[in-house]
Amino acid sequence: MPPIIRIHNLGKKYRLGETHAASLRDLVNSAVSRCFGRQSPLQSGLPNFRQADRDRFDDAGEFWALKELSLEIHPGEVVGIIGRNGAGKSTLLKILSNIVAPSTGRIELAGRVASLLEVGTGFHPELTGRENVYLNGTILGMTKSQVRRRFDEIVAFAGVDTFIDTPVKRYSSGMTVRLAFAVAAFLESEILIIDEVLAVGDAEFQRKCLGRMQAVSESGRTVLFVSHNMPSVRALTTRSIVLSQGKLRFDGATENAIDCYAQENSVTRSVAISVTDRDRPFDGLTGEVRFESLEVEQVAPYVEGSEVPILIGVRSQRPAERFIVGLTVFRRDESPVGSCFSPPLAPPPQDAVAQYRLTIPAQQLTPGSYHCAISLAEARSQGRRLQDSLTDVLSFEIEPGPLQSQGWPAAWGPIRFPEMRLLPAHPSVVPASFDSIAYLKS
Amino acid sequence: MRVITVIEPPRGWLRLNLSEVWRYRDLLTLLIWRDLSARYRQSVVGYGWAFIKPIVSVLIFATVFGGLAGLPSDGIPYPLFALAALIPWSYFSASLAGVSTSVTSGGHLLTKVYFPRLILPLSSLGAGLADLGLQLVLLFGFLLWFGICPGWPVLLLPVFILYAVVASLAFGLWLTALNVRYRDVGHAVPFLLQAWMWLSPVVYSSTLVPPRWRWLYDLNPLVGIIDGFRWCLLNTAQPRAASFFLSLLMVAFTLVGGVIFFRRQEATFADMI
Repeated sequence: MPPIIRIHNLGKKYRLGETHAASLRDLVNSAVSRCFGRQSPLQSGLPNFRQADRDRFDDAGEFWALKELSLEIHPGEVVGIIGRNGAGKSTLLKILSNIVAPSTGRIELAGRVASLLEVGTGFHPELTGRENVYLNGTILGMTKSQVRRRFDEIVAFAGVDTFIDTPVKRYSSGMTVRLAFAVAAFLESEILIIDEVLAVGDAEFQRKCLGRMQAVSESGRTVLFVSHNMPSVRALTTRSIVLSQGKLRFDGATENAIDCYAQENSVTRSVAISVTDRDRPFDGLTGEVRFESLEVEQVAPYVEGSEVPILIGVRSQRPAERFIVGLTVFRRDESPVGSCFSPPLAPPPQDAVAQYRLTIPAQQLTPGSYHCAISLAEARSQGRRLQDSLTDVLSFEIEPGPLQSQGWPAAWGPIRFPEMRLLPAHPSVVPASFDSIAYLKS
Repeated sequence: MRVITVIEPPRGWLRLNLSEVWRYRDLLTLLIWRDLSARYRQSVVGYGWAFIKPIVSVLIFATVFGGLAGLPSDGIPYPLFALAALIPWSYFSASLAGVSTSVTSGGHLLTKVYFPRLILPLSSLGAGLADLGLQLVLLFGFLLWFGICPGWPVLLLPVFILYAVVASLAFGLWLTALNVRYRDVGHAVPFLLQAWMWLSPVVYSSTLVPPRWRWLYDLNPLVGIIDGFRWCLLNTAQPRAASFFLSLLMVAFTLVGGVIFFRRQEATFADMI
């Protein structure tokens, strides 16, 4: 069977600054700079992109959002597209939806494309639900008669039938989203492109949407599905592609794609931060043994359940004793989560810096942003003596693991305790029954 | 049937593909209808505003220019003379302003869905027509009041209305495509319209223009449109055919150029908004 989507050597470049509205002033400025042989402000002032992203600029200072992408998708396939923010997922979807034009390459589509990059595009708050269904349907590429045919199904799916003649501005946000997704769910096209839209709506509606999408894919239509939610990618797709830095990193079974995505997240190294000049929270620290540099090994978020390796550099100005590092982890709102200590560590040689690799045992931390306070105490014969202390250092992030579908509300606290154990029933405890409750009440 | 769509980098300079606009006509009508039906919602006077605006303007013009300045009005009562010009002028100025900002204000649609981008400027031509129709009703009321009966040229009125629609599209297409790249255009349009009004025979009669400059003056399509409206409704002198067709020719060139320019630019709209 010939592929329904054939992408060959696709690329999209942006000239920096062109994304912003150039005004006449820019025009004059660049003309003036050219006359005087200076660099234009656009070229000299590359914003502070991460090192990896800098590689996406070519010699002319142009940024490649997508480069050398080739791909074939066959009818009836449901393909997940995963990748970090800025990897080029949205650019790919926008090119496929014909919203932006590619810079290089070619796409052949053997069918109509309906794309849902946003829920409720073109909804007008003053118009009623009914009017918006027609408007939104035609905006998404249906004709009026197509909308009319599916109208009852759409309204039933959204569950807003009693309010269908009420202006949408009176709807709750949940109702608006339901109605908007319902319109898109009934689009008639051979190719359906969906971007992250399941992030909206409550859990029950999300299940309904997933069910609807499953039905769509089983009806033989081709679906491209972008999501950061690995459980739904896993549930819906068998094949996935991983985009990274605008390039195709992986194409194959979803299981392997998710592994590849998780791996890719862990390769980004951080840079050690020098802390010699940082203010210390206490006076009276001698500074004879002190922290030189602190570093969390990776910048990208850690997956829930993993340890967080850190690298600390310590300098000593005199022959020192063995020392212990103490560390307190804080949540973003400055509430302490817990503390831990290192085993006694061998001191660095005099006037030299030694590196120590330690772990923060963060396996039970739930997704969120954390930072630490760290201190160093020398274990002398007359007891421990605090030598150095720093606050607001070593920040790291924990993200939900690929298997965790459930959210973790902040109100549940930052710790996921190990799973509860079921104990064998104690012989002397009589199971609670209605009788005993009645007894307690009387 | 397998329809193969090919998406490639834009090249060449002539990509009109107007049949695609036709396929999306449902969207066009719905967008016009959306503008119309949302326009006066939650407003007490509602479509009354279509009457209030020209009446107030006519009162001011009649007092200042007809009364104080005593401008000649080709033997027609001044309020009627001004209203017959204000109707096409306010349509033209509102449409031109609407068309010139249509792409930038439709940015949320543009970056999320594909449709022929020409739909956006086209849709902003429609809503003003409702106002124009209502104002014509008002004008016929005035005609009855003043006891003037339009002759056979009234049958040609739709031609001049169409001309006003086409002229605002022709100039608006250039402005809206430029406005995407240079937002300065959006700031300049109000001034442009202000100047344009004084260069058009809205408050005065085109017969006041010295014959020496008349050929230049007639290049302004609004001269033909306004004189046409007055001719059709008030039995004034017939517009001069030669200069009318000259301005028509100019509008046609502007329109064709505008459509080509717009289609050339539209591939980059979503990148630049």
